[in-house]
Amino acid sequence: MSIHSEANLDAELHAHGDTHGHGSYRSYTIGFILSVILTAVPFWLVMAHPIANAGVTAAFVIVFAALQILVHTVCFLHVNSEAEGGWTLMAYMFTAILLIITIAGSLWIMYHLNSNMMPSVPAQAANSL
Amino acid sequence: MDQSLSKIIFGRLSWESIPLHEPILLGTFIVVALGGIAVLAAVTKFKLWGYLWREWLTSVDHKKIGIMYLILGIIMLVRGFADAVMMRAQQAIAFGANQGYLPPHHYDQVFTAHGTIMIFFVAIPLVVGLVNLVMPLQIGARDVAFPFLNSLSLWLTVAGAVLVMISLFIGEFSTAGWLNYVPVANLQNSPGTGPDYYLWALQIAGVGTTLSAINMVTTIIKMRAPGMTMMKMPVFTWTALCSNVLAIAIFPALTGAFALLMLDRYVGTNFFTNDLGGNPMMYWNLVWIWGHPEVYVLVLPAFGIYSEITSTFTGKRLFGYSSMVYATVVITILSYIVWLHHFFTMGSGASVNSFFGIATMVISIPTGAKIFNWLFTMYRGSIRFELPMMWVVAFMLTFTVGGMTGVLLAVPPADFVLHNSLFLVAHFHNVIIGGVVFAMFAGMTYWFPKAFGFKLDEFWGKVAFWGWVIGYWVAWTPIYIVGLMGTTRRVSHFNDPTLQPWFVVAAIGALIIGVGIIGFVIQVAVSIKNREKLRDTTGDPWDGRTLEWSTSSPPPFYNFAFTPVVSDLDAWYDMKDRGYQKPSGGFRPIHMPHNTGAGVIISAIAMVMGFAMIWYIWWLAALSFVSLIAAIIIHTFNYNRDYYVPADEVEQVENARVRPAVAGA
Repeated sequence: MSIHSEANLDAELHAHGDTHGHGSYRSYTIGFILSVILTAVPFWLVMAHPIANAGVTAAFVIVFAALQILVHTVCFLHVNSEAEGGWTLMAYMFTAILLIITIAGSLWIMYHLNSNMMPSVPAQAANSL
Repeated sequence: MDQSLSKIIFGRLSWESIPLHEPILLGTFIVVALGGIAVLAAVTKFKLWGYLWREWLTSVDHKKIGIMYLILGIIMLVRGFADAVMMRAQQAIAFGANQGYLPPHHYDQVFTAHGTIMIFFVAIPLVVGLVNLVMPLQIGARDVAFPFLNSLSLWLTVAGAVLVMISLFIGEFSTAGWLNYVPVANLQNSPGTGPDYYLWALQIAGVGTTLSAINMVTTIIKMRAPGMTMMKMPVFTWTALCSNVLAIAIFPALTGAFALLMLDRYVGTNFFTNDLGGNPMMYWNLVWIWGHPEVYVLVLPAFGIYSEITSTFTGKRLFGYSSMVYATVVITILSYIVWLHHFFTMGSGASVNSFFGIATMVISIPTGAKIFNWLFTMYRGSIRFELPMMWVVAFMLTFTVGGMTGVLLAVPPADFVLHNSLFLVAHFHNVIIGGVVFAMFAGMTYWFPKAFGFKLDEFWGKVAFWGWVIGYWVAWTPIYIVGLMGTTRRVSHFNDPTLQPWFVVAAIGALIIGVGIIGFVIQVAVSIKNREKLRDTTGDPWDGRTLEWSTSSPPPFYNFAFTPVVSDLDAWYDMKDRGYQKPSGGFRPIHMPHNTGAGVIISAIAMVMGFAMIWYIWWLAALSFVSLIAAIIIHTFNYNRDYYVPADEVEQVENARVRPAVAGA
């Protein structure tokens, strides 16, 4: 429950006591600047090719995307250990874990399926001749 | 010209879509139509439309919504069971030269509809219904966190169920199994309406289930009575919390998989085809990321029901409450990392299979701990073998076998032999009937007096009980045996005549289960007839331990005149112990939500949209989509959502029902 300059104006709006997890001017500014940087750098990486290897570039873009998600949740969605008595953070962590399980698990399973069950590319080419 | 005009107006819907050439469907349709007309006529004759609309359809009361979910579940159970009997009859006769009475295409629709209906429109509504009915009472709340959302969830689920039922008489249902598997459900293999009925029905119902889960989790976290810390929550509430958290986590995966398949079928993408980098196995992967946790979404509340009943009917505090809670949480998490065991044979190799095999076996540990907790609760308790407790004992004996065959199937090499066999089918019927269905009957018997104010008839309850329990074992033991010998599932005709006796026994078992279902329906009818004799005037007919028994039966619409204050687990037992007296005055106005018809209207429009999309009636789809958005926006302008029940009205209601109830106790 942060106190901000328009507290009096907001008081009526939030008369039902739902004032948890509002951000401050400062947190929005930091979030804005960080997300601009985290958007600009990947664009630059892709457009100016400072890294020759496309795979490494892609890896950097993914890392920046993940950081971007974190910035949005902390600065704009106000997920922190205090909001709603910690429930917001706990729900967020739980979601993150399940998402990681889903994505990593699917990649792992489908990669193994692909390498075990799909005919290799040269063999396919030979078959089609 | 004429034909293209009819295509614009009716899409692919035509007179040929109505299966007049199928005598079975025609007969069913006539019976359903006559029954439907009789019900509608009765409602009109007794002038009940206004009452139904005001008191039920538009209700946002969690108790009434729970009851309506239960009614939906029971009606769909009858439909799903009719499918089951048709399959059992077909498999009992279709040997050698006899092709049976169902053509393969029809048989495929029957087993698909059976599985889809039993999970999505029987098990889920029954579980959600009981959670709705009981959980807010257990935590001392007056309603759920979002009462309108609750009504919308119910009616979206009903809309999905109605679409599945329509597919019986207009067009056809999917033939691709209960999860609508590709490649069978791909457009090139199923160009008909079957998979589209499946997808739209489940997408609409799925939105309802997801919204309901969000609602229940919010209610449990935010609306518990003062003093009820997390570790003082009744076990049923704990399991409802874990189950709904799981539902929120998994339903998006299912919705996403279905949405991708819809794109494949409607706009020609290739997510799940074999072309252009598509992969049908990705569909299996995604639907089972939903599918395995879903088993626990259903069975965790079932475990909660068994826990409540065991401790009530042994007159003891539950043995190992905190281990029960931790076991529930551990199952919640583990259930998320086992999904691949549904397709070990797909070919992802030894390392992947071993991981998921071991993870699956690990789940049996917390589940086993729960069984021991119930046994130790019963140990040296003064057990009253009333109906709910009988279901608990039947569950422990039946479910344990299903759990053990599950661990057997979790061993990947064994699964390579048993994959897609009837052994597997027997296994999951063993855990779903023995675990979930028994719990639903136990729960309905246990909480019926709370919901309606009178107990269920004992004799017919026993008929239902023995019908289900004996029927289950007679029907599924032979299926286990033929499955172990290698008989595969989803087959409408067998060449080997030595299998026939097993299938005949299984068909007899299905009929005995039928006795159980009919017994339950008669039980309800007889109890309504004898309701004055079975009346519960105390509000606490079983000597209960949790807060739902502290108010009258049925509870007033606001549940509690004063929010109870909790100082112990088994809060009501503790209150009785300390000689709790109901306050007789000083009532204050109670803040309650208004009823609204928006849930029914929005769901009806969603159903029309689904039907239009299934039949390619594009103008109607566009029109109903726009009206759907409009109806939602219009509802947001409804500011007249809540009101205060005046203190003297509260006093009147309390004098009429609650205080005599406590005086009688």
